Amino acid sequence: MTAETDAWTVMVIVGLAVITVLTRCLFFVSSKPWQLPGWAQRGLQYAPIAALAAVIVPELVMTQGQFIQTWQDARLFAALAGAAWFFGHRAQRQAVLGTIVAGMAVYLPLHLALGW
Amino acid sequence: MGAAPGLASWGMMTGVAMMNSGMSLFEALLMGVIVFAGSSQLAAIPLIASGTPMWVVLATGFCVNLRFVVFSAHLRPYMMHLPLWQRLVTGYLTTDLSYVLFTRRFPQHGGSPEQLLAQQAYLAGNCCVNWSSWVGCSVLGILLAGLIPAHWGLGFAGILALLGVMFSLASSPLRWVSAGVAGAAAVAAFALPFKLNILLAIAAAVAMSLLLEAVRRADANRPGTSP
Repeated sequence: MTAETDAWTVMVIVGLAVITVLTRCLFFVSSKPWQLPGWAQRGLQYAPIAALAAVIVPELVMTQGQFIQTWQDARLFAALAGAAWFFGHRAQRQAVLGTIVAGMAVYLPLHLALGW
Repeated sequence: MGAAPGLASWGMMTGVAMMNSGMSLFEALLMGVIVFAGSSQLAAIPLIASGTPMWVVLATGFCVNLRFVVFSAHLRPYMMHLPLWQRLVTGYLTTDLSYVLFTRRFPQHGGSPEQLLAQQAYLAGNCCVNWSSWVGCSVLGILLAGLIPAHWGLGFAGILALLGVMFSLASSPLRWVSAGVAGAAAVAAFALPFKLNILLAIAAAVAMSLLLEAVRRADANRPGTSP
């Protein structure tokens, strides 16, 4: 809890808040009706999932900038357990919550007891 | 409020993830209160922790948030009778959950001023509950993070949360392609400076998906149609 507040991080946080407003309100700003160009509208279908995958996958399979050299990594098994849970329960509303719980239930013992 | 436990745990986990990534108490509180977007916060946390340039963090947050652009286009007719500042405040506070509940309750925007007012009141109430529980649970998570040693790796729950959200977005084969290309490209281009691998991966994935979509459409139109 000794981390210090630095101006750069605060600016990033304020910037992210501006992004929240911008994306949630993009179509409310102008009183004239308008549309995005067709390619942008279609691109919207694919960009959010791409952004999530681009953040998640390196966090699962890389350590210190290197591709992991061992399968004995708690993150891999946790992600598999989470995926298994999600696709077994995706009709339910709390499937994402279950993904987290199932994943952590695998992650914590492997990470803490075996040091993976 | 069947969604309440999900929202509560999501907020708590974001709080824990922020603190475990080395943010100060003030930064974590500020982020929980003003950014108010769980997925983009969770995606930004590892980037902030590794000192990524600001514009790359913001661009990544923007891409994660692009789904809201679709919501805002949909909600426009419900909003345009309001003055600009009210539109902006309402939009800012309308998360995925409020959007889904609101459009389910009111599939059509109101014709009369009374109907519009009723809809506005429902949305405002919904957003208030949502915002308070989000902030409350973020603060709880931030406090909780101090009690649990960082080496437990509870911050990893944030990545699992993003994984769940990613799966719930994977509603079509081309979206799977997008996720697959982005994930592979982000790892392959990891050596790029400034975490540009993230943006490169998003661009490659969207381009690939649009290309495949165009090919598929061309295939579907082939029998007997002229260009």
